[in-house]
Amino acid sequence: MASRLPGAVTTQPENDRAPNRDGTVRHGTVRDGGERENESPPEQELAARVRGLSRAFGERRVLDGLDLDVAPGEFIALIGRSGSGKSTLLRALAGLDRSVTGELTVNGTVAVAFQEPRLVPWKRVLANVCLGLRVADARAAAGAALAEVGLTERADAWPLTLSGGEAQRASLARALVREPRLLLLDEPFSALDALTTITMHRLVVRLWAHHEPAVLLVTHDVDEALTLADRVLVLAGGRIGFSCRIEAPRPRDRNQPELTALRTRLLAELGVDTEGTK
Amino acid sequence: MSVSAPALRVQDPPGTAGSGGADAPSSAARPSRARRWLTGRGPLRLISPVAALLLWQGESSLRLISTQKLPPPSEIWSTAVSLTTADSPAYGTLQGAMLISLERVAIGFGLGATVAVSLAVFAGLSRFGENAADPLMQMLRALPLFGLIPVFIVWFGIGELPKVLLIAIGAAIPLYLNTFSGIRNVDGKLAEVGRVLHLRRGELIRQIVLPGALPQVLVGLRQSLSFSWLALVVAEQINANAGLGFMITQATQFLRNDVIFVALLVYCILGLLTDALVRLLERRALSWRRGFLEQ
Repeated sequence: MASRLPGAVTTQPENDRAPNRDGTVRHGTVRDGGERENESPPEQELAARVRGLSRAFGERRVLDGLDLDVAPGEFIALIGRSGSGKSTLLRALAGLDRSVTGELTVNGTVAVAFQEPRLVPWKRVLANVCLGLRVADARAAAGAALAEVGLTERADAWPLTLSGGEAQRASLARALVREPRLLLLDEPFSALDALTTITMHRLVVRLWAHHEPAVLLVTHDVDEALTLADRVLVLAGGRIGFSCRIEAPRPRDRNQPELTALRTRLLAELGVDTEGTK
Repeated sequence: MSVSAPALRVQDPPGTAGSGGADAPSSAARPSRARRWLTGRGPLRLISPVAALLLWQGESSLRLISTQKLPPPSEIWSTAVSLTTADSPAYGTLQGAMLISLERVAIGFGLGATVAVSLAVFAGLSRFGENAADPLMQMLRALPLFGLIPVFIVWFGIGELPKVLLIAIGAAIPLYLNTFSGIRNVDGKLAEVGRVLHLRRGELIRQIVLPGALPQVLVGLRQSLSFSWLALVVAEQINANAGLGFMITQATQFLRNDVIFVALLVYCILGLLTDALVRLLERRALSWRRGFLEQ
């Protein structure tokens, strides 16, 4: 991988919060950097804007007054421990969870690629990409999308005959052919082998640079977040507990010192103690 | 499943790869169906039926059981031939009886299947529909079908209507139950895909729900057809004046067991044929399933 000069890595708290219902302060006070909330651009420019989003499953409040701005064309990685509500937030943004409370605005088309590719098994790959597509020549558009992900020769295949990586690329094509303003990726690489994951990372960055959607990538993989994102968010206690911006150019060498330091920091935010392991 | 190698072809220009794909073997390269049958388990499965037939024929030449009670296969065959070639005053022709029976099943099954699938879609797609239709169908299911015969005779007389209705009910129940559960068992994750892709309700039903329910619907269809034939046999023995059942009733009076065996054989063949038809349909409609792909 090319090792260019890394850009600056800045960290900042997402927002300073008043005490919670239970009286504890969970966010912000120990972190460096300034307020972001006041600088946030006006609502209509954002790809998505979330204010005070909450979601409880029974007694458990998975999201608890979460705020988030997604700038147009921004690549965000959302990390968090298992059960921290990453997928819940993504499902809320996708419009799949109608039991959330709070404010949620998404401007423009949203597309989703799920963890399992969720191709419709009785439709051939091309028909899967065409599904629900309302443009003049849907088949041509779908064909172009498949060409972009390098699946042209599998257009007539049944989904069950695809390999894991192929299926995930078909799923990406199905999402991108809708020209989304916001692309939601729900751990789409977590079931792939390491080699396939590397190619998929490159593909996603290439597609993102070409189509320029805002991307929200949910992942549990800190390195994946560092490799891909403009901004890494850590979800904890039902809110964005930590946010940092990565300005290093892509492709990134994740061994560069800034990213290594940030990895340690992010792992600490996730509650993983890295001291003594390296 | 193909190995993960194709996944590494991301950077290849489209069209350069394509070796080793799971769809590589073309149909031309595969042996014909007849040859596969001959080399497969097919002939082995014929041994026991043929042996039973030979035993049956041999027994009757030893006269262990009177041929009037159990006519040998050769006699059944010659009866079948004469019933087909000559219009007997007592039974009519075999093909005539067969056509009448087929017509009854076709009408009854068509009616039952239409009602069953409509009700199952209605009940499967909404809570309201389920509350409205399902209790009635569950009650009907618990009802002993042939216990209805006397009631039907009182209501509808002894014409075609009670026979067709009996077949319709027999056909409707398994098809309804399977279609309903098929719809309810469609993968909820695919329904979410439909929502994310903004499918309209009609599209969701046609593209996701119904094809997803299809495997179970086809199971129901096979059960439904065999129920139809069963209902036909029973229905035709009540005051019919034509058809295979009528032939059996007549033959009972004339103590012609050979004719009864011929009629039963025809029932068998018709049942097997309709079953084969559904299996053909299955092969076509479910070709996307891995089990079928690897055949």
